[in-house]
Amino acid sequence: MSIAENLKVKRATKSSWAGLVIAIVVVALLAMGPYTFGRGMQQNLVILFSLIVLGTMWNLLAGYGGMVSIGQQAYIGIGAYGLVYIADTLGIDPFIAVPIAVIIAGIFSLPISFLAFRLSGGYFAIGTWVIAEVVKLIVEQMDVLGAGSGVSFMALTTLSPGRRIAYVYWLSLIAVVIAVAVTYLLMRSRLGLGFTAIRDDAVAAGSLGVRVTRSKRIVYVVSGMGCALAGAMIAANTLRVQPESIFSVQWSAYMIFIVVIGGIGTIEGPIVGAIVFFALQQWLSDFGVWYLVILGLLAIIITLLLPRGIWGLISGNGRIRLFPVGYRIANPLEKFALIKPAATPEE
Amino acid sequence: MSSLLEVRGLSKRFGSVVTAENISFDVKQGTALGIVGPNGAGKSTLLSLITGVLPVDAGTITFDGRDITKERAANRTKAGIARSFQIPRPFVDMTVFENVYVGAAFGASQHGQVGYEAAARALETTGLLHLSEKPAGSLRLLDRKRLELARALATNPSLILLDEIAGGLTEKELPPLIELIRGLRDSGVTVVWIEHIVHALTAVVDELMCLALGRVLAIGDPHEVMRSPEVIEVYLGSTFDLGEVS
Repeated sequence: MSIAENLKVKRATKSSWAGLVIAIVVVALLAMGPYTFGRGMQQNLVILFSLIVLGTMWNLLAGYGGMVSIGQQAYIGIGAYGLVYIADTLGIDPFIAVPIAVIIAGIFSLPISFLAFRLSGGYFAIGTWVIAEVVKLIVEQMDVLGAGSGVSFMALTTLSPGRRIAYVYWLSLIAVVIAVAVTYLLMRSRLGLGFTAIRDDAVAAGSLGVRVTRSKRIVYVVSGMGCALAGAMIAANTLRVQPESIFSVQWSAYMIFIVVIGGIGTIEGPIVGAIVFFALQQWLSDFGVWYLVILGLLAIIITLLLPRGIWGLISGNGRIRLFPVGYRIANPLEKFALIKPAATPEE
Repeated sequence: MSSLLEVRGLSKRFGSVVTAENISFDVKQGTALGIVGPNGAGKSTLLSLITGVLPVDAGTITFDGRDITKERAANRTKAGIARSFQIPRPFVDMTVFENVYVGAAFGASQHGQVGYEAAARALETTGLLHLSEKPAGSLRLLDRKRLELARALATNPSLILLDEIAGGLTEKELPPLIELIRGLRDSGVTVVWIEHIVHALTAVVDELMCLALGRVLAIGDPHEVMRSPEVIEVYLGSTFDLGEVS
């Protein structure tokens, strides 16, 4: 009678195959962007892409790793400054400089994690912010990085504007695909199962053999690298990096808003959240201060009415999953409802 | 038979509250040890010290001939020590199956099909298989307790520590659980079982230990321990509640 020997576990669902097709079509259409969209539109979309990457990375950290950070702007800044320094000062091709900047952010995030992980909960959140401020203060002391007034990104200005904008656009589109794919593959792996367990109950996860601190460190480093990738995109898009804006805590507010309204703990949520946030930003930009008031109100309303965010509403509380990471049993289980616990663990 | 678990001089205090004071005992391979004691005796703390959730202040813990006193909790699980929590700690946003698969994938390092089958066997053993697809957060107390046991079993333990697994169960629900734990012991798994329901314990365990205020009051044959005057006075005779330390 044992179901165990012929147990079938499904990782993908019908909606996920549909999701893969939709994702490929959307990315393919977006890849035509430079031929169909104007320059302004492309630059705007780069902002959207960077928001998707940032939301995805904050969700990885908080939604899957259970770490609420308000200091990820440290890595946005490291990515942005890293790109400018490596490309302009060291003279390395900007498109090679981007992955190098991302790796450097990863190298920085490792020792920082040892510092930040001494704190937990609210103290961790505040601690990460303090660390981000410290990174900003250090950068402001470095003349080679333009100190307090910042630097302009020159390496790309040798290209014609049309070409430059198109390259940055494609780079950003690739970045989105990488960020979402890495998050998906990570969450789908055994490590991801451990992350989800840690988020729900770290003590129980540890007692089942999950290496809690090591898992959290992996999430933290990956998230830092992803934020650095977004930082590099922002620098390449605006061609100017200033410490006050690139290390602004506002980035954390954006990331939290995107993840909360989109739906925390899902891969789709931050993508939806970033699109909504970006649209609101565009529409409300004429309203001045009211823009922030409306954003705040919206965040409160959605948190109260839709705890699983907009994606939770669209997906019918998780019934539709474009990026499934769970383990579904394919065998019929109904007939086991009446079976009493067996007397021994053996069959 | 050799001892699977050797505890020597274990001590732990929280400020001025002593929860373990020079505790020493052995559990032989393939036997079951029951632990009784009034609330606040330090029973749950003792399990937390053995599993590595809490660091010890003094003393040593030897498991399977290896000193694990300073080993991380996750590594102790991988070495074969599993535990069920007194207050169930399910991963609420995961399904019941996923909860148990965590134990197989990490605790027993069995992933993929082997791990799925191990998880399904643990669910079958504990009578939870039909609930596999339910979110763990939706389970009632009895099933949450079973889930604790299923997850622990999925780690393929050689020593299982049960913390009031029968607490809150009805008289009807008790016999299958007792049979289950006896079956575990008979299949070679060493059991350490904390329980207030003494007749459930004495039906299974080979030895009984009584703790009070962090000290070992008596250890030995279950019936002799329950008859000893100190145990009767401090445990069965006492009416005051010191509050559970967990």
